[in-house]
Amino acid sequence: MEHSDQPYKYAAHHSEEEGKKTRRMIWNMFWVLLVITSIEVGLGIMWKSWGIDFHYVKMTFIVMTLAKAYFIVAYYMHLKHERSALQSTIIVPYVMLVLYLMYMVFTEGTFTDYMEHLF
Amino acid sequence: MSHTEVVDSKKAWGGGTSPFNVGYGKLMMWFFLMSDALSFTGFLAAYGFYRHDYSAIWPSAENVFTHFPFVHGHQPLLYVALMTFILIMSSVTMVLAVEAGHRMDKKKVMLWMFWTIIGGLIFVGSQAWEWYHFIHGTELGAFELGIGTFTLPDGTIEQTQGIIGRWADESKQILLLPWREVAGDITAPYLQLTGDALKDVIANGQAIHGANLTHNEYGHPLFADFFFFITGFHGTHVFSGVVLNFIIFVNVIMGTYQKRGHYEMVEKVGLYWHFVDLVWVFVFTFFYLI
Repeated sequence: MEHSDQPYKYAAHHSEEEGKKTRRMIWNMFWVLLVITSIEVGLGIMWKSWGIDFHYVKMTFIVMTLAKAYFIVAYYMHLKHERSALQSTIIVPYVMLVLYLMYMVFTEGTFTDYMEHLF
Repeated sequence: MSHTEVVDSKKAWGGGTSPFNVGYGKLMMWFFLMSDALSFTGFLAAYGFYRHDYSAIWPSAENVFTHFPFVHGHQPLLYVALMTFILIMSSVTMVLAVEAGHRMDKKKVMLWMFWTIIGGLIFVGSQAWEWYHFIHGTELGAFELGIGTFTLPDGTIEQTQGIIGRWADESKQILLLPWREVAGDITAPYLQLTGDALKDVIANGQAIHGANLTHNEYGHPLFADFFFFITGFHGTHVFSGVVLNFIIFVNVIMGTYQKRGHYEMVEKVGLYWHFVDLVWVFVFTFFYLI
């Protein structure tokens, strides 16, 4: 099968030295992800015996998860080094729809609760 | 990376060049992943909605997923933590394969793709194992209450139909209700039924073992429904990811991409594979930890 050169003219290459740098970044990110996950699991098992309020534990989990998501998307999926046009094309529609979904959960979720106790 | 082409961003949209500076296939993979991310966000939002709605009687994942292969006893969260570690690890091997592809290092691409596929298979197997234990349930089982009412210490009257009570121990003399002595405090002890009150309840309800779409010995049936649906949908993604990785792996061995002059195909399946890992990061937090 003949492949035209055109669709692949944006394929990335890099040299041996750049490869070394990239690999160092990959393993650094691995340790970051591993440490965050370990803290999450440790906190999940221990928080009751430490007597921390669950709301704080929950917020810690969410912040840590968002941090992990950022590291995966920015470095492993390489979005940090793409053109800003591509970054916005992916991030903006997603964030807008997620904000809408969160609005639904927070308003309607408490609304059901409210109705049950009122009637 | 080293491929830089100076494009005037104002003229880039006129055609003939990619204003995003990525190939067609990679761009479409990004669009697909963005839409897929919205599906998963929708599922997790729905889960959060019902979790909040039934917060008083929702089971805690650490009381549901307590098994670890070849180890007896109560091991909350440990196995799912291991699964998470395996998936992160396979994400690392995937990005290493992509990096080797940028240097046209065929042997290293093969090696890292191979480990990625192995990691994916272990993860899918672990999910099957976890489903088996969840569907099978515990030896002790639980008790589903029949029609009736129960008055909480603060005077609130709760309907008991469909509510799951768990046995305190093997003697089945004490049934623990899902409501706690102090409403809203998840560290307070559970309310109990014993003696005559328990006899009435037993005559009215039914014993259940394990979980399916209508009954769930661990608590509210919706917990089981969401578990099957969300982890099932994610597991399907992992499985198709393993299949795609395998196809690309075979192509790498045959030298298809070496001949083509670049490994962009590895990059595309890599994006998909990282996305699968990314979704699991959220499922792990919202389903197992919170």
